[in-house]
Amino acid sequence: MVNELELDVVIPKVAKALAETLFMVSLSFFLAAIVGLTLGIFLFATRPGQLLHNRVAHTALNMMVNTLRPIPFIILLIALTPVTRALIGTSIGPSAAILPLTIAASVGIARVAETNLVAVDPAVVEAATAAGARPLHILFGFVMREALGPLLLSLTFIFVALIDATAVAGAVGGGGLGNLALTYGYQRFDYPVMILIIVVLIGLVQLVQFAGNRLAHRFID
Amino acid sequence: MTQRIRLSGVSKEFTVNGTKSMALDDINLTVNAGEIYGLIGRSGAGKSTLLRTINGLERPSSGKVFVDGVDIGALDANELRELRRRIGMVFQQFGLWNSRTVYGNIATPLKLAGWKSQAIRNRVAELLDFVGLGGKAFARPRQLSGGQKQRVGIARAIANNPSILLADEATSALDPQTTTEIVDLLRSVNDQLGITIVVVTHEMDVIGRLADRVSILSDGRVVETGDIHQILAQPNHPVSGALVGPYTRTALTEGEKSSLRNQFRGRRISVAVGQHLDDDPVISRLARQHHIDFTIIQGAVARVKDQPYGQLNLALLGDAADLDRFVTELADRVVVTEW
Repeated sequence: MVNELELDVVIPKVAKALAETLFMVSLSFFLAAIVGLTLGIFLFATRPGQLLHNRVAHTALNMMVNTLRPIPFIILLIALTPVTRALIGTSIGPSAAILPLTIAASVGIARVAETNLVAVDPAVVEAATAAGARPLHILFGFVMREALGPLLLSLTFIFVALIDATAVAGAVGGGGLGNLALTYGYQRFDYPVMILIIVVLIGLVQLVQFAGNRLAHRFID
Repeated sequence: MTQRIRLSGVSKEFTVNGTKSMALDDINLTVNAGEIYGLIGRSGAGKSTLLRTINGLERPSSGKVFVDGVDIGALDANELRELRRRIGMVFQQFGLWNSRTVYGNIATPLKLAGWKSQAIRNRVAELLDFVGLGGKAFARPRQLSGGQKQRVGIARAIANNPSILLADEATSALDPQTTTEIVDLLRSVNDQLGITIVVVTHEMDVIGRLADRVSILSDGRVVETGDIHQILAQPNHPVSGALVGPYTRTALTEGEKSSLRNQFRGRRISVAVGQHLDDDPVISRLARQHHIDFTIIQGAVARVKDQPYGQLNLALLGDAADLDRFVTELADRVVVTEW
């Protein structure tokens, strides 16, 4: 059964779903950037030979990230339901999706931040040390600054992955474009609406990737 | 002469996979104010490790490093940073900060040392002129050639008017032409600004053109120290000989000698070429005086800090008695070996 595309009905729904998706992605990305970058910097700085090198702390952080990262997002979403309900008061809707999205993105950002910081040429640190810079200044003023371009590309990747994850959240009542696509496509077999949503998603991802590339290339020369 | 740097019994032990090895073994040396001091050796000889003890990037396992009389092992973290701001360093791979412009790279040590922004602007402009990169202030390091990058590295290293410049294989990543330019620049840093330079390199050519005094390192030990002219003319250690030989090309191998003996059956001598041959054309003068002739069968002369170094191998032709007198008189003036 293929329905005619009733634009006057569909467009407001798509617009509302897009707004929900953007809300979920932006807020969880913002929170995850704070948590994830902090974790990533600690993961890097506690490595052997680094500023705060501490085997115990590094191993603990590493294990935490490694424990959370392999959990498929849909499982994490369901497993966190009681926590979400206790914290936010509900386990359905866009607000409820924020917690699992933030946690999943935080560990992802932690790992990519660490990787980008490790990739910075040790000569950068050596030259800064030889010039008499303080350890914290070296970390933030030199290592972070050198890593910024690649880090922005990695963050763009995480942002796109979050858009993807909101569709999964949609499947269990999180709202947003994913939810709408499933409702029309999977439950009502309304393929034109589903395709419209896919086009919107592709456009969104393209836009984000374009913006991320532009921003990153200001710092990669 | 004022002592700028003194290393006293400096050793450094590394443990790799449970086995201990000595990167530096009881190093003693003194660098005087205003000189260019060379540290030369093959890769793995410990020369970079040694250099890095001078600004505390490497801590000796035992022994002491004194900079201007101060034991740097006794400095706290703050004092060590203060010291590092007075010691410039240039690196083989330049170590530039790619996220900063040329201007930003050179200005950074000045900011660290607390310069005011107007003073920084003037100083960076002055340094860019000095290293010959006047128009490149706002270029990114990645847009520069290797030689230009090292010029930025040198400008950055001397920005805060250090009394010491450490050059860690500063020319090893550069082609010969660019190496010459950087060597000249380092010489003007020393001549014009009076900065004491410690140069680490495996290139004898660079040492020959730069250093006043040299230490030769092998397996973490200093095997020979001396004036550059003395080391080039008379290396006393086999490692020094191996480094110097190819540069001044003094050595004929035994194989070469025996084939030359077959070809030139008269008397053959080796003449060490030094300053006195610039002052007095003794070989041709004595040859004319004693009515003998000679053929140059092998040899080379390199010029090191405006002095000639090398060896000429001559096959002599003439009356036996004349040849005796020629060789005897020549041996009074220069080092002659007959073979």
